[in-house]
Amino acid sequence: MLHIVNKSPFERDAFTSCMAHAAADSTVLLIEDGVFAAMKGSTVADQLSKTKVVALQSDVAARGIEANLADGVEMVDYAGFVDLVTDNEKIQSWV
Amino acid sequence: MSEIKNFLYVNRKAPYGTVYALESLEVVLIGAAFDQDVSLIFMDDGVFQIKKDQNTEASGLKNFSPTYNALGDYDVNKIYVEKESLEARGMTIDDLMPLTYEDEDDDWAEKSSIRMVSADEIRDLMEESDVVLSF
Repeated sequence: MLHIVNKSPFERDAFTSCMAHAAADSTVLLIEDGVFAAMKGSTVADQLSKTKVVALQSDVAARGIEANLADGVEMVDYAGFVDLVTDNEKIQSWV
Repeated sequence: MSEIKNFLYVNRKAPYGTVYALESLEVVLIGAAFDQDVSLIFMDDGVFQIKKDQNTEASGLKNFSPTYNALGDYDVNKIYVEKESLEARGMTIDDLMPLTYEDEDDDWAEKSSIRMVSADEIRDLMEESDVVLSF
C-alpha cells in the first residue's frame, strides 16, 4: 500500500498519524511540505525507520533540504511517483 | 509629524506550500520604503523560508529565496531566528542563507543580519514592538 503525505510534520499531525497506522511493508511517499518529515535529526526523524520512506525530488530540491535528508530516505522523480502509483493497488492520501 | 514605529513581522510558515511566506516578503519590502523600524522573526516552519540551497528548477515553482538577500539594502537588518525551531528540525545556523547588510556606522563593513534568539527572547520582542504582523 502507498501512503502519501503532503503536510509539514511540524505543523500538522498527518505524518505522525500515517506512520502510526502504516503497515511495515507499505511505502510512504512525501511530497510538497511533507518532505520536511525526512529531515535528519528532527523531532520526527525516529519515525522514519518504521516503513520505507521516499520523497519527491523536485519538492526536496525546491526547499533546499537535499543535504539534510535522513539516511534511508530515497528520492523519486515524477516518473518514479507514477511508478509508485501504478505498482500499488491501494493509495491513501493523508491530506 | 510622522512617528517611527517598531514593526515586527512574524514568519511561521514554510515557503511554497502556502503563499504566506511570499506575501510576507512583499509586504516587508513595501513597508521598508516607509522609513519604519523593521524586525523579522523566523520561527516554527518559517525557518525554512531562509534555508540555503533552494532550487525550484524541477518543480516549476518560483524560487523567491534570493530576494531575502535584498533585505539588507532596504535597511532591514534585524532578522531573528528561533533556536528551538531550528533544533526541532535538525538544523543549525549553517543551514541558513548568509543574510548580510553593510553597516554605515562602521565604514560600510558587511555584517550578518541574522540573530539567533530563544523563545523567551522572542516573547520580549513581541511585547516591545509597536505593531506585530503575522504570516
